[in-house]
Amino acid sequence: MAKVLIDPVTRIEGHLSVELDVVRGKVSDAQVRGDMFRGFEMILKGRNPVDANQITQRICGVCPVSHGIASSRCLDDAFKIRTNRNGRLMRNLVLAGNFIQSHILHFYQLSALDYVDITAVLDYQGRDERMERLKSWARFEIESKKGKSNEITAVGPFLPRYEGEGFYIKDRDTNLSAIAHYLDALDIRLKAHKLVALFGGRVPHLIALVPGGVTETPDRHKIREFRKTLREIERFVTNIYLEDVIAVAKAYPDYFSLGGFDSFLTYGAFEEDDEEKTLLVSRGIYSKGSIVGFDPQKISEHVMYSRYNSGSQLHPSMGDTEPDPEKKRAYSWLKAPRYNGKPYEVGPLARTVVGYLSGNEAVKREVDTLLSRLDAEINVVFSALGRHACRALECRILCARAEEWLDELETGKKARTHYEIPDAGSGMGLTEAPRGALGHWIRVKDKIIDNYQCVVPTTWFCSPRDDRGVKGPVEQALIGTPISDPKNPIEAVRVVKSFDPCIACAVHVMQSGMDMGRFRIC
Amino acid sequence: MDINRRDFLKLMGGAAAAITFPGVMLQGCRKALKKAAENTSVIWVQGQSCSGCSVSLLNGREPDIATLITEYISLNFHQTIMGGMGSTAVGVIEEAVKKKRKDYILVVEGSIPTKNYKYCTLGEVDGRHRGIREWIEKLGSSAMAVIAVGSCAAFGGIPGAEIRATGGNPTGAVPVSEILKGSNVINIPGCPPHPDWMAGTVVHLLLKGMPKLDEYNRPLLYFSNTVHERCERLSYYKKGYFAKHWGDKGCLYLLGCLGMDTHCDIPVRKWVDGTNSCTGSGSGCIGCTEAVFPDTGSRGLYKHLNAELDDPDVIENPEIRAAIMNLKRGGIING
Repeated sequence: MAKVLIDPVTRIEGHLSVELDVVRGKVSDAQVRGDMFRGFEMILKGRNPVDANQITQRICGVCPVSHGIASSRCLDDAFKIRTNRNGRLMRNLVLAGNFIQSHILHFYQLSALDYVDITAVLDYQGRDERMERLKSWARFEIESKKGKSNEITAVGPFLPRYEGEGFYIKDRDTNLSAIAHYLDALDIRLKAHKLVALFGGRVPHLIALVPGGVTETPDRHKIREFRKTLREIERFVTNIYLEDVIAVAKAYPDYFSLGGFDSFLTYGAFEEDDEEKTLLVSRGIYSKGSIVGFDPQKISEHVMYSRYNSGSQLHPSMGDTEPDPEKKRAYSWLKAPRYNGKPYEVGPLARTVVGYLSGNEAVKREVDTLLSRLDAEINVVFSALGRHACRALECRILCARAEEWLDELETGKKARTHYEIPDAGSGMGLTEAPRGALGHWIRVKDKIIDNYQCVVPTTWFCSPRDDRGVKGPVEQALIGTPISDPKNPIEAVRVVKSFDPCIACAVHVMQSGMDMGRFRIC
Repeated sequence: MDINRRDFLKLMGGAAAAITFPGVMLQGCRKALKKAAENTSVIWVQGQSCSGCSVSLLNGREPDIATLITEYISLNFHQTIMGGMGSTAVGVIEEAVKKKRKDYILVVEGSIPTKNYKYCTLGEVDGRHRGIREWIEKLGSSAMAVIAVGSCAAFGGIPGAEIRATGGNPTGAVPVSEILKGSNVINIPGCPPHPDWMAGTVVHLLLKGMPKLDEYNRPLLYFSNTVHERCERLSYYKKGYFAKHWGDKGCLYLLGCLGMDTHCDIPVRKWVDGTNSCTGSGSGCIGCTEAVFPDTGSRGLYKHLNAELDDPDVIENPEIRAAIMNLKRGGIING
């Protein structure tokens, strides 16, 4: 048996490491560890409730919009207010903008280098000026650093990388077009962030989100700018992004059967009516082949293998949590959330599976079209490649729907309602982050935060073992993954990263005494 | 190298740069920058961060990120961008320490925990997990320069904020300057910092050496004016026209905007390729570039809870005076 350590897993958000046992060329056991802790909920306590909207966005620089929306909805609930139509639409639009940004970033900047051979640029013969510059830079780096003390950094940050036979795509043209698209994607993801900044003020960390709505007011100029930019992004998503996902799928068909998981959970997102009753992305649980309703009471958190000294298997409302870096047997700063005692995957694949089986027409249409192009059955989505494909399809659905939301905006009308901070109250805000289900809970006392909690996506899928020793979704998904070279375990990396982990989000402390009992959702 | 005079001036802080960088210098800057970049690397490490500074860096336009990392600098290590993983990645910084390389600028994003190294670790060397503090001490001791990007690395930020009930801080999170006490750490605060502030400071180091810094070690190029001085809503303030609710027209002072107490150039530079700004979008400034963030107001992110510091008798504007009187009686401002 070989022990294989990947520390750090790079091109993700935050500090994540993975330890694998490899027997006869396959992963037989896995430990996934979150390696960073800050203590956000401890810091939130005792502050102005309105501050939570800004502070919780700083949990994560990649998905601040989702935290901002969850927090806004949570404060709306606690303040007993509801946003107006413009506010609802603008929240949806900035959230959609960041979903698209995050998915494009994930596929190209975070994942592509695990498949594409960046050194192919050295043979570039075409006339694209950017590619020529990249080529001359790479050549210069290699020549000028040869034999020097910094030789290892030549063509950094792209090299050094894991090296091995068959690791990267061999076809020269596929590689070159992917590298060009890597550069295009940098520009397109910035444009997606432009969408967010138009209505959100800035990004990362939107300034314009407040309880009751959005401080920005839509005008003709901003709507026109949004639409123009959105259409440009939509063309990229359909003509480039989706096609590149298909190209990777054809080059690495094995990953349609690797890295799968079987249970899925989604809170749903993107409110479609002013009562906030219907959602574009469906809410639900997929388990053993069927869809069931979601009940927040069934969440519990196990900590036997997490670096906290609290009681285990408690509802998030009950635990009294203190960090304990030296706790025996504990190996992660993530807790192990379980629903009905079982681990669940959240994220684009979960949303797609629940949407497809709940009869969401847009999801069904997109999935069926893609499957027929790949000449594949529906079961292939339960895989590492399935997750990549679901992200691209989600971008298409959001681009189309966002354009309709723009049409519904009322020009010049304020996008918010007023609030008064109550002496006491409590609230819940559920939404989706690009990487999965996100929930915020608050209790207000004497006009300040008495307690604040976030239950975030990566904690679900990157969780360590629970008290019964049952591994988290990523740990389970890794079992059976072939490892051709224990020194260069690229196959395991591809599986882990298909989940799009975000560790800054995942690590946080639940504070004691939250009564989540009153929260019932459909 | 496609830097031109206009881009360069913008990056360097607009009109102020004309004084810092005389024309002759600019004509030669392309060549000089290329030469400097050949010899200078950047090692970017993340402590207790949200990666927001890195995401903000991706939103740079002049230069864009591809130009920055292929033509302005040589980026040796950056966890969110780099190709390498695990020991292949850590090997880069391990070798920089072992070979005592002195040819790099160390950039740190995120605060550093001091209570226990396990609060933030990066890689395993010789069978032992390494805390981020150890890496920063080792890499910092021979770096050409050290830049702390973002409010967490510069001042402690939110991970370094106080626990209200008990005092103290969950992990003993401190800024880079507390760890590297002998070095003159350049602070580029902001939550997040603007990409131009980060790229521009590096370019300044390469071409002209250390930029002029204020008392908090922030480059004066970007942090010499208050938000209020260049605010889009300054004329409202001068006319005494104040917004009562978020989203209203008017100066945002009564809603707790911290623009008067906060130094940065966002009202003129704006976020994401000139798209929008904090005050422009109607939300006001939360003081994220100041050392006391997120406790800039006496109890939070907004000034209105800071009223005990203001003396109503010397305030002429009746609306401001009334608002402060209200706060002194224990009232709060709702949005």
